[in-house]
Amino acid sequence: MTTRYSALSLLKEGLAGQTGWKPAWRSPEPKPTYDAIVIGGGGHGLATAYYLAKNHGITRVAVLEKGWIGGGNTGRNTTVVRSNYYYPESVALYGLAHRLYEGLSKDLNYNVMLSQRGMVNLCHSVGEMEIGARTVNAMQINGIDAELFSPEDVRRVAPIYNFSPNARFPVFGGIWQGRAGTARHDAVAWGYARGASRLGVDIIQNCEITDFIIEGGRCRGVRTTRGDIRAERIGMAVAGHSSVLAAKAGFRLPINSYALQACVSEPVKPILDTVVLSPGVGVYVSQSDKGEMVIGGALDRVPSYGQRGNLPTLEGVVAGTLEMFPIFGQLKLMRQWAGIVDVVPDSSPIIGESPLPGLFLNCGWGTGGFKAIPAGGTLLANLLATGRHNDISRPFDLDRFATGRLIDEAAGSGIAH
Amino acid sequence: MQLFPCPFCGPRDETEFHYGGDAGNARPDGADVPIERWANYLHMRGNPKGVAREVWVHMNCSEFFVMERDTVTHEVLSSTALDGGHAQ
Amino acid sequence: MSAKRLQSGGSAIDRSRPLSFSFDGHTVTGFAGDTIASALLANDVAVVGRSFKYHRPRGIWGAGVEEPNALVDIGGATPTTPNTRATTEAAREGLVARSVNATPSAATDRNAFLDRFSRFIPAAFYYKTFMWPDWHMFEPRIRAMAGLGTVDAGWTPKQPSAQVNHHCDVLVVGAGPAGLAAARLASEAGFSTMLVDDQPRAGGSLAHRDGEIDGRSAAAFVEETVAALLAAGHPVLQSTTAFGIYDHHLVGLNQRHGDDRPDTLWRVRPRHIVLATGAIERPLPFANNDLPGIMSADAALSYLRRHAVLVGRRIVVATNNDSAYEVASALAAAGAEVTLVDSRAREIPGAPAKVRVVSGRRIASARGTMRVEGVTLDDGTRLDADSVAVSGGWTPTVHLFCQARGKLAWNEARAAFLPGDPVKGISVAGAAAGAVSLSDVFATAAKAVPGEPKGTVPRSTGSEATAGIVAAWPSRGAHGRVWIDYQNDVTAKDVELAARENFVSVEHLKRYTTLGMATDQGKTSNLAGLALMADITGRSVPEVGTTTYRPPFTPVPLASFTGSRRGELMAPVRRLPLENVHRGDSGVFQEYGGWLRPAYYGGGEADRSIQDEALRARQSVALFDGSTLGKIEVIGPDAAAFVDFIYYNTMSTLKPGRCRYGFMLAENGVVFDDGILVRLDEHRFIVSCSSSHVAAVHARLEEWRQDRFGRAAVYIHNATAEMATLTVSGPNARKLLETVGLGLSLDDADLPHMAMGQGIHDGEPVRVARVSFTGDRSYEISIRADRAEPLWARLREAGKAFDAVLIGLEALMILRAEKGYIVIGKDTDGTTLPHDLGVEGPRAKRQNEFVGRRSLFTEEASRGDRLQFVGLAVPEGEAPLDTGAHAILRDGGNLRSQGFVTSSYMSPALGRPIALGLIRRGAARHGESVEIQHLGKVRTATIAAPCALDPAGDRLHA
Repeated sequence: MTTRYSALSLLKEGLAGQTGWKPAWRSPEPKPTYDAIVIGGGGHGLATAYYLAKNHGITRVAVLEKGWIGGGNTGRNTTVVRSNYYYPESVALYGLAHRLYEGLSKDLNYNVMLSQRGMVNLCHSVGEMEIGARTVNAMQINGIDAELFSPEDVRRVAPIYNFSPNARFPVFGGIWQGRAGTARHDAVAWGYARGASRLGVDIIQNCEITDFIIEGGRCRGVRTTRGDIRAERIGMAVAGHSSVLAAKAGFRLPINSYALQACVSEPVKPILDTVVLSPGVGVYVSQSDKGEMVIGGALDRVPSYGQRGNLPTLEGVVAGTLEMFPIFGQLKLMRQWAGIVDVVPDSSPIIGESPLPGLFLNCGWGTGGFKAIPAGGTLLANLLATGRHNDISRPFDLDRFATGRLIDEAAGSGIAH
Repeated sequence: MQLFPCPFCGPRDETEFHYGGDAGNARPDGADVPIERWANYLHMRGNPKGVAREVWVHMNCSEFFVMERDTVTHEVLSSTALDGGHAQ
Repeated sequence: MSAKRLQSGGSAIDRSRPLSFSFDGHTVTGFAGDTIASALLANDVAVVGRSFKYHRPRGIWGAGVEEPNALVDIGGATPTTPNTRATTEAAREGLVARSVNATPSAATDRNAFLDRFSRFIPAAFYYKTFMWPDWHMFEPRIRAMAGLGTVDAGWTPKQPSAQVNHHCDVLVVGAGPAGLAAARLASEAGFSTMLVDDQPRAGGSLAHRDGEIDGRSAAAFVEETVAALLAAGHPVLQSTTAFGIYDHHLVGLNQRHGDDRPDTLWRVRPRHIVLATGAIERPLPFANNDLPGIMSADAALSYLRRHAVLVGRRIVVATNNDSAYEVASALAAAGAEVTLVDSRAREIPGAPAKVRVVSGRRIASARGTMRVEGVTLDDGTRLDADSVAVSGGWTPTVHLFCQARGKLAWNEARAAFLPGDPVKGISVAGAAAGAVSLSDVFATAAKAVPGEPKGTVPRSTGSEATAGIVAAWPSRGAHGRVWIDYQNDVTAKDVELAARENFVSVEHLKRYTTLGMATDQGKTSNLAGLALMADITGRSVPEVGTTTYRPPFTPVPLASFTGSRRGELMAPVRRLPLENVHRGDSGVFQEYGGWLRPAYYGGGEADRSIQDEALRARQSVALFDGSTLGKIEVIGPDAAAFVDFIYYNTMSTLKPGRCRYGFMLAENGVVFDDGILVRLDEHRFIVSCSSSHVAAVHARLEEWRQDRFGRAAVYIHNATAEMATLTVSGPNARKLLETVGLGLSLDDADLPHMAMGQGIHDGEPVRVARVSFTGDRSYEISIRADRAEPLWARLREAGKAFDAVLIGLEALMILRAEKGYIVIGKDTDGTTLPHDLGVEGPRAKRQNEFVGRRSLFTEEASRGDRLQFVGLAVPEGEAPLDTGAHAILRDGGNLRSQGFVTSSYMSPALGRPIALGLIRRGAARHGESVEIQHLGKVRTATIAAPCALDPAGDRLHA
């Protein structure tokens, strides 16, 4: 059987008709007890299991997924990886994720295709340039790569942008992060699943949580569609449905669920090399390695658990796309979809023990969970293994909503106030 | 495009409305409200999957009202003016 | 020559209108009514494109939207569009078509060598390699191979797409026999009806399949039905695709016009939807089943009858079901030598005339390189063929049903998923519902129309199609390469590989192998892939299930969604009532918070003009258009209590005719807006909020009014757009106004600072508020917006005697910064609390409730090291600080931000730079120096009080 992935093993398997590959992950029957349970087989949950095994040596771990792994927001997002954040707390978190992403393919022996072709956040006025400078300076002070781009710089990386003198959203410059880019979203889930499974983690699909087992005021396990499963430490990473599980556990979260839509055009030959985001237009675009334009925009207006696209938001997002790139007026939309995201008042994640002892949270990532997967997994694994925060996860505890110590990136960068 | 029934204007496009939060989220007054209670009011949400009771405002007429709807199917079950009047 | 145009026939083509176009540089001839595909077939062009991954030569598969192979970039006489399906695009004179993913042409693609390495690059190979030394080493070359069509970089937008909203009782999607019957019955039942169909002409299968209806020809039925619908006033749209059913059953349609007009988007809100969307024929699994010349049997029949194109001379028709018999019969009748290979041994229809039938045999493999040359059956029999027409059965087109949350039910006898439990407001008819014979089709159509049956159901009076089928799915361990997804090059072996590696969920199968992810979204391939997965994993087909059906059904131009929403119509700016007057004064306009306003005046260099305006404003008098200021009236018996609750500052103690500055907080305590509140009388206030916050402030006031005070207690009226506000500011402001005459005393005793008076100008009431955003004596004069122009002219005229200067917003920003006056959102951020701005009093003293109160006493709000509002001074002779620069603290080798510069200008009045900022513990650090970093460069500044000019405030009264 071939387990290690490499050009050589591909060659060997090519000669052998590709028949020697092992399952990427095992699908065992669930055991009645584990040392730790991770609810949610998305990127964050799988990464948590992987790091529990790798960093903490805890391998009696089950990942419980109600559907198929990577089927939530991990497989629905627009794959941007970046760490262009403002507050030091955010930089510590997303910077960790970004660094781990940079070594992830080799670590997992799975090519997640991290493609660091850079990202520019455009500024459309003098005022936005001032805020842009504030952000770039903050990033540089916090040790994150950032440049303040002039209009000429923007033209260099995105020559097909609308530089017409009559453009509704003219370019005054932008915030550039050269290390930003995209990764192959499914591969992140599968790579972690394969890595975790090889270290002994049980990945249980089609296993939905129906209730928590609570004894002596502590969470001791879960009831599932595949029977009761017990563990002393349970983590949940179920973005979009965090409130649903919280309700089963008897508490509320500062979360509203919204659909976030995305769409892709038909594939065309490469014409856009970098990720371009216009806060003014409310749209960002990149071109995938398959050639599709991957288009993301703002949240839907209506709180929802319906994982599907609609017209009014799509029309606005597409209008914004063509305002940015008028030549995309010759392209066709191939597919639109939506994921359900946890929207939190300060748009920062919640990582820490829940009000139900023994149950730990990884939720509230809003529209930006994908880029944080390696960090979210590392931090939840640390919490499950030690029961305690480290310096990076501490500021993101649920208690910040009572202390008022919110980490509001939008507030800091002057977008919303 | 969902159609929401404004109790005053009748069915209108969802784009004319703005979400106002959970219905029945009473505001505790006072500088000495226990902070947990204040945080509960300010931040914690029911966020039900299924039937939800929510406050909405129809931006065209500025009127707030309570709407019951299903957050999965998007079926609208009822809408009620804040003073108790019913739409449809 | 293999394929050819027959001398007669072809219901769709007009032989009196020949045309020619180019494909890959070669001239192709055809007739009006041809599609690009039918013309290519008529010209015997076999290879029309290259597959995505292995660059396999591919020919035309189908005759409709399901086409996976025949994609072309079109241009020339037709609007440039990459990735156009040749099977649905009308041929036009002068059109230029290029095959996609092929260099230089589909016939001679230089990347064809990739196919020879296919065994080493199976599904998902890229996850297993390119990791060492780094993906970035490999990506550029792989990326360069990506994509199908090519974007024309020189393309410019054309006229915007039209967008139409439409309401009707019944929307019927599909104008085949089921749709026509349903639309006719709906019309006869009195429903307002709309019929849409994605083909250029109505009829669906009736345009090429046998059928006799009510004793007449199918063509007559189609023609009469459409005519009847049109006569009754119902829209019938051809070349129009219903691409999505969205929330609350809004249906999106994309209408193509067949000329240079961009497509039209229709948003249709029907009470009831009838889906008569037909079915799509599936391929058969055998090795090399992707060779050019192998096509859908139904397509072969369609090309024969609609376009008079016979796809080959020696044709093998291969099938597992009854529907191909009619095809074989027709091809033989048209002169081809036809062998029909039926995989079924029993219960098969009788052999058609002139057709040799081989039953109980399957094709094992096809041979040929650039086009099919023959097939080998599973018993080793070799048949020569220049064309193979295959039917693997029919997949009902249930995409829209599923988009509307409909669930499917597997029908083993039909080897197909059919619509399951009905969805409210939607019915499915015809082949989409599994009906095969015309009688069944009409029966489902009759049931699909809501309400009591009215009208006459059409009757099938001819021969009836039969539904016999024995499923033929790809099987495990097949020899050779059996292609499932043609466009994305997914073979049966790839599905086996996915299963071997545990990608057994249908969604994993799709994503791992890319099955169904191409531009055709798997219309011909998905079912075969999941059936094979079911077989491999010992599950039933419904246990494996389908992937989610997402809009759009077929690709829709982005421009259709955009419509006229582009440029200023995408995000309209708000405009001043006096915009044209300012333009006459050479005002240079910029957008500020959604408003288009003069930044400065005159055609000179910006900085010089702004400095000049700011300086002259201090010297004599300045005129400024402040019309964007919010003017929201709060009226009613509880108005005073209301403003107390809304504002951080106590406002109920304000006397009528007086003004007070205050903050509005959000419930999280953050300063949301600032501005002047005017009390007109006991029960009437005017909230003068920031220009960019008017809508948001108004919404908040309404929310608190309705939620806490009640409709009868307070009334709120946003009068912002009704009134213009003209500001006169400077040492000579009062003198200027006295020469104008505003009908009220400007004596300081009558109109002191922070007072408001009512006057009259030229018969028009004016409100004069003595408030200042410049630090100089200022008067804000509010007047009906449509009467503002004469007053402005009068102020300009009177100003001449005082050397009055017009100032734009940039000069105003300098004047207010000299005084340390804040701009919310610029000098504050989303964490700034009122005490951070030095306004501690209400927090400490107020006893009654106000918005955001409790949040001012959280742990975070009480910290001693908050960012606080300060001024910043630079050493003499240095340039202004950069706005956005951060104050830094060196902490070992690390830097930490201690706050940042929010505003920075050269002050012409002071002759030195001034700056404002939010600095950690700044209020207690006046006089301290801090390091300020901008883009890596560090300077030094001194923390100071925010107010740099006239701290005593004497100029307000000068």
